[in-house]
Amino acid sequence: MNTRPSGPVSALWQRLRSGDDIAYVITLTSALTILALTALLVFELYKNSAVPRHQFGWSFLVTSTWDPVAGQFGALPFIYGTVVTSTLALFMAIPLGLGAAIFLAELAPSRISNALTFLIELLAAVPSVIFGLLGIFVLVPALIALEPAIRSVLGWTPLFSGPFYGVSMFSAGVVLTVMIIPFIISISREVILAVPAEQRDGALALGATKWETTWDVVIPFARQGIMGSIFLALARSLGETMAVTVVIGNDPAIHASLFAPGYSIAAVIANEFAEATGDLYLGSLIELGLVLFGLTIVINGLARVLVLSTTKKGAS
Amino acid sequence: MTRRIFIVNAGLATAFTMGAACAQQVLINAAGATFPYPMYSKWFDEYHKKAGAQINYSSIGSGGGIAQVTAGTVDFGASDGPMTDEQIKAFQDKQGSAILHFPTVMGADVPVYNIPGVTAALNFTPEALAGIFLGKITKWDDPELTKANPGVKLPSSNIVVVHRSDGSGTTYIWVDYLCKVSKEWQTKVGRGTSVKWPVGLGGKGNEGVSGSVQQTANSIGYVELIYALQNKMTYGKVKNAAGEFVQASLAGVTAAAATASMPDDFRVSITNAPGKGVYPISSFTWLLIPSKIADPAKKKAITGFLTWMMTDGQKMTAALSYAPLPQAVVAKEMKEIAKIQ
Amino acid sequence: MLSVRRRAVNAVMLSLTGVCTLLAVGTLLFILGYLFVHGGTSLTMNFFTKLPTPVGELGGGMANALLGSAKLLLLATCIGVPIGFLGGVYLAEFGGSSFSFVVRYTTDLLNGVPSIVIGIFAYTLIVLPQGHFSTLSGGLALGVMMIPIAIRSSEDFLRAVPVSLREGAMALGASKAKTIFTVVIPAAKAGLITGIMLNVARVAGETAPLIFTAFGNRYWSTGWEQPTASLPVMIYTYAISPYADWKQQAWSAGFVLLMLVLTINIFARMILSKRGHAAR
Repeated sequence: MNTRPSGPVSALWQRLRSGDDIAYVITLTSALTILALTALLVFELYKNSAVPRHQFGWSFLVTSTWDPVAGQFGALPFIYGTVVTSTLALFMAIPLGLGAAIFLAELAPSRISNALTFLIELLAAVPSVIFGLLGIFVLVPALIALEPAIRSVLGWTPLFSGPFYGVSMFSAGVVLTVMIIPFIISISREVILAVPAEQRDGALALGATKWETTWDVVIPFARQGIMGSIFLALARSLGETMAVTVVIGNDPAIHASLFAPGYSIAAVIANEFAEATGDLYLGSLIELGLVLFGLTIVINGLARVLVLSTTKKGAS
Repeated sequence: MTRRIFIVNAGLATAFTMGAACAQQVLINAAGATFPYPMYSKWFDEYHKKAGAQINYSSIGSGGGIAQVTAGTVDFGASDGPMTDEQIKAFQDKQGSAILHFPTVMGADVPVYNIPGVTAALNFTPEALAGIFLGKITKWDDPELTKANPGVKLPSSNIVVVHRSDGSGTTYIWVDYLCKVSKEWQTKVGRGTSVKWPVGLGGKGNEGVSGSVQQTANSIGYVELIYALQNKMTYGKVKNAAGEFVQASLAGVTAAAATASMPDDFRVSITNAPGKGVYPISSFTWLLIPSKIADPAKKKAITGFLTWMMTDGQKMTAALSYAPLPQAVVAKEMKEIAKIQ
Repeated sequence: MLSVRRRAVNAVMLSLTGVCTLLAVGTLLFILGYLFVHGGTSLTMNFFTKLPTPVGELGGGMANALLGSAKLLLLATCIGVPIGFLGGVYLAEFGGSSFSFVVRYTTDLLNGVPSIVIGIFAYTLIVLPQGHFSTLSGGLALGVMMIPIAIRSSEDFLRAVPVSLREGAMALGASKAKTIFTVVIPAAKAGLITGIMLNVARVAGETAPLIFTAFGNRYWSTGWEQPTASLPVMIYTYAISPYADWKQQAWSAGFVLLMLVLTINIFARMILSKRGHAAR
């Protein structure tokens, strides 16, 4: 069929013409760019936090004091607040998001599904500063009104005890849920839609109900994509700045109750960076950025271990 | 796919040519305090109409203003608190010239509160304010409060304190005052644009604090006078150094400046100033201008602006609820303009 | 045949999914409605044509912020989408398992960096050496923020294309590159567009990275080296001010921003809807 000219140069030219190597090189370069950018970012964070790192060392991670006037800085309350609010947000967003994605992909007729998904994706477009404004004017009063109801159901746990002023870690969790849900819904819906019809048909032919087909066959098949969307959502919630700082109460202390105010790393950086002067203060804020990076590494690692340990062979 | 790339490229090309075609005017960049931003935006706009120069100001915060003018990314800065000696030295080391402070307007912090059933303007003594914010005074019917407000029925509820979470000149003025009236505050907390608050919730910005106060019963917070006036909030009276309970007003703020003796470098704190009719939680806000400006067009625009600001500009302050500078300060500042090379 | 229990579970769970959807859509409609009432009803042509005016002077607008946001998003998309998309192609089509793991992990890390830290990063990298704020640095900051989402979503959607399509193409003699660009990518098109739209939508509303890079501008910004106004920063500045007029404009700007992203979404889907959804 194809008479190939002989010789090493022609062979190389043939390979290039097929485009495989060029495609490989170009895409590999892009992937490497991401690694390079992240490395540069970490390097900058590391370099600019030199002063507090030398001064506080590892105790920065376990100190609870944050005193700009006295020059005493510690990351513990912020780590706590970040972890708690993000966990809470995922806890609420995953079931809601997955549920909605299933409905939109499996149950709704396609025109309605497209229209509704379109609307939900708009949630991702709402600027975080608008979420902040809505937080003060709408969410906080709404939660103050809802608080007695929540307390009557869950008030026996230490998680929902103590006075409630509207601004709290719980409020931050709710705002984050609203902000990350479009990612879970939209991406999960697309990957569920992409599951081949044969998988569904096979299960239904064996007598499974629609729900059983969805939950036991389709979802596991789409597992990797759904997990991907959850990781995206998690990342967004860890780094969300503006909306969180408006409703979290901004109290650098550790409280057990979700009704109490708290503080997250992104929020404190946003609040204090513009005004901070002096190498120790600025450096400590930047070191918090580094700590968040480390926190993200740990949380992502744990999440991946969780996924690997429960995975069944189903993804494409 | 190719269509998309084409559209994108066409867009880029248009943007580029649009950019290049516009004429160039003198553009001066400035950054700093959020508190005087509305006033500065009015001034810069009026001055632009008069003299053509475009002064582009961004309110990234007093600390941001100091940092950016030191780094040289903006032509001048603005701050609600004067620069410290270390900051001035840092500027000198980085830019090779001195930096000059120019007071522009004055403002004040007022205590705002939300006590169900209480609509009157409460009287606050310095001890009361310090005690509340230190967490020592925990109930509204504490003797320190009731004895200053004999006609008002104060409930025995817990006081919820609200403070600023973001670093701000507004906080600086408030804690500067508390440092002066309370030794315990001075040693325990100190002064700064961000401090370690002994008690309370943090609200972001004036609207965060006022929002929290409005939504939380039995709460107290502090906001700028302008904010309280524009939003028609009830605010309390504070006892000044002369023993009078004064409700903040533009007149009371200007009075605070008049009694203070102004040092040559204009770095002065006027909280708790002596004298009658003085509102004790007042402050100047400053422009930070480098003493050497290389570009002659920019230098002309900036010095021109300063002169205009101190004459015509001062007449516009009251309409926006800012207190104008006292005459003595203006006269002294006019001489300082000459120091800009 | 089918037990009552199984039928009940089926009915309950499926209705619950409907409830979830209702909650999500309801939240969005509420936000849209709120923004419309507070910002849309007082919108005038001035908003789109005039420059900002000082407080008290009515008739000001955010024309320069509209142009500024457009320029910033254009630059960000040109930087973020190609790098992210091509990286996603690598992960889905070429990647060996350990290197891909590292790249995916790093992408998730980059995604979790707070927007303000990215802004500070762009500030130290571009603004300080250049000595001034610029549209360029703002666009770069936003572009960096777009990369992780672009990679992740590109990879997810490319992977979702069934292996059978790839095998079919290769059986016909197509090289790997040809398969990718003529078969796999078109098949994943709907998902890829979704990813890009979500990305642009998210980045369009970011404030913190722009404060220290694009800075802000009360006047028209020319070229790429001057600071520029942008809608999110204007919203932020006006929303925290004490003046009712400015707060009103902040809500209007929020409404306009949302509507603009909606328009971009509709426009993009219209352009590419002709070829249809290939995966089903």
